[in-house]
Amino acid sequence: MSFFDTLSGLSREQLRMALYSTTAAQVEAAIEGEQGNLDHLLAMLSPAAEEYLEPMAQRAAALTRQRFGHNIGLYLPLYLSNLCANECDYCGFTMSNKLKRKVLSHDELAAEMAVIKPQGFDSILLVSGEHETKVGIDYFADILPLVKAEFSHVAMEVQPLSSEHYGILVEKGLDAVMLYQETYDPETYRRHHLRGNKQDYGYRLESPERIAPAGVDKIGLGVLLGLDDWRMDALLMGYHLDYLERRFWRSRYSISLPRLRPCVGGITPKVQLTDKGLVQLICAFRLFNEQLEISLSTRETPSLRDNLLGLGITQMSAGSRTEPGGYVNPAAQLDQFEISDERSAAEVASVLRSRGFTPVWKDWEAGWIGTN
Amino acid sequence: MLTIGDSQFSSRLFTGTGKFASADQMLAALAASGSQLVTLAMKRLDLKAGFDDILAPIRQSGVKLLPNTSGARNAKEAIFVAELAREVLGTSWVKLEIHPDPKYLMPDPIETFNAAKVLCERGFTVLPYVHADPVLCRNLESVGCAAVMPLGSPIGSNRGLETAAFLKMIIEQANVPVVVDAGIGSPSQAMAAMEMGASAVLVNTAIAASRDPVKMALCFADAVSTGRKAYEAGLAQVHQRAIGTSPQQALTAFLSE
Repeated sequence: MSFFDTLSGLSREQLRMALYSTTAAQVEAAIEGEQGNLDHLLAMLSPAAEEYLEPMAQRAAALTRQRFGHNIGLYLPLYLSNLCANECDYCGFTMSNKLKRKVLSHDELAAEMAVIKPQGFDSILLVSGEHETKVGIDYFADILPLVKAEFSHVAMEVQPLSSEHYGILVEKGLDAVMLYQETYDPETYRRHHLRGNKQDYGYRLESPERIAPAGVDKIGLGVLLGLDDWRMDALLMGYHLDYLERRFWRSRYSISLPRLRPCVGGITPKVQLTDKGLVQLICAFRLFNEQLEISLSTRETPSLRDNLLGLGITQMSAGSRTEPGGYVNPAAQLDQFEISDERSAAEVASVLRSRGFTPVWKDWEAGWIGTN
Repeated sequence: MLTIGDSQFSSRLFTGTGKFASADQMLAALAASGSQLVTLAMKRLDLKAGFDDILAPIRQSGVKLLPNTSGARNAKEAIFVAELAREVLGTSWVKLEIHPDPKYLMPDPIETFNAAKVLCERGFTVLPYVHADPVLCRNLESVGCAAVMPLGSPIGSNRGLETAAFLKMIIEQANVPVVVDAGIGSPSQAMAAMEMGASAVLVNTAIAASRDPVKMALCFADAVSTGRKAYEAGLAQVHQRAIGTSPQQALTAFLSE
């Protein structure tokens, strides 16, 4: 049974009612309870749990410290292309946006890496818009070895691919795939994805079931917080994580919690997620899953990022540019979304140290290619 | 003195290098622990970049390095890392750890055995991290491992000696040193392992993730030393009930009738 079937079998209405009728006693039991319990996750995501943020944060911080120590992994997104054959109303790369479209050539890619590498990064996230014909498997397979020669850990955030194509990329050094469902609500999903392959909700939803068997080490889940009721979306992401961990036990999992940010021509959030809500989300997921990696992007402000550090975050980007060629030419105006934390990698690393964390640049072996 | 392979150790507390807040804190804790064997993950070393915040300070401190294969998911990856360590660090010692399960980091017995066999043949001093499986430990010994490192409980769990019954069997039967690795969360647990007869313990999380790693390292050093002394002195036997010399119904009284 695929996760699509599992999800179809759930009563969203019942879950929603349970979320909004959770009692204080249920929250207390959840915070003290064992990890991995979806009912407990529900309780910790409920409005009732807002009164318990401090005890949740205390426990989340302690669990994170025990599992991950004082380490914070640093990575950087490298935008390969802003070509996109989708029309999505929350994204700056959406097809109808009038902006200069670009795909990095070998030389341009090398130039970007030459700017990134001296900053210390050894973990890179390759990002592209979704353009299957111009920026598809052939392009990825072509450039991966160039990237792998520079970075030990290579992640990708691109369109969903076939299992066979993931397998090809693993052989060329792919270590992780980030693939965000954006929202688990099919109706909301339909309203925001207006044209292109991304309209296929089910294909996207089942992608991790093609990624894991291909031997990809790490799989990243995520929802775009603000598209729908974030409590429901986060809960269903918890169900997704639970489904995957039970079946694909060799994979590591991470989540991202991006809040909807302003972009060129984009929409404003339907449901505003406050800072308090973001804290609740991070703590709830840490208490639900002690091993889960949680990454935090530069969408958030410096002061919020610094304060969220100890609560459960394990990975951060720093000094990001969200347009292809942006590291060589920072003036370009092709951004996917606005970033809030504009500090350089060195500045962020220095803040980490001053707050008692060790910035971790390298945590992987480049030689582990295709042997999993 | 504890002898493993060609080396001798006066401290029976081995430590790790992960999870500390800073290199300075790590060095201070290592010094306080008195540890002479320190493990470090090869995947964390950035040899290309040339700026390494872990290796250089450890080297300066003079302790023996025990590179580990953490992150490796199969024998092939672990062997790759061991060879890399020998090449760049100049040591043939390796803590062999292979965990395909990223959730609890449980060691894979089959891949570990296969890798150990190859590495021993290639002249490595192999210390494999394994579940507390007495038969596996014997098999690892038979292919030439210099020591075995059975777990007390899952890595980083601080749950102590949940495998105590099996650790006792391993210690009883082993002809190589037994280093209890993983899960030791408190000095009392380390002491219990030493009283049981473990040759040494390896402690990382309990020191690095404590509020005061230096103080905690001192506590572990004391506990390990005391536990070892107690083992050497010979603990009095534990009895389930008092041994009465003149019970109410004497079963052997007929002998003197």
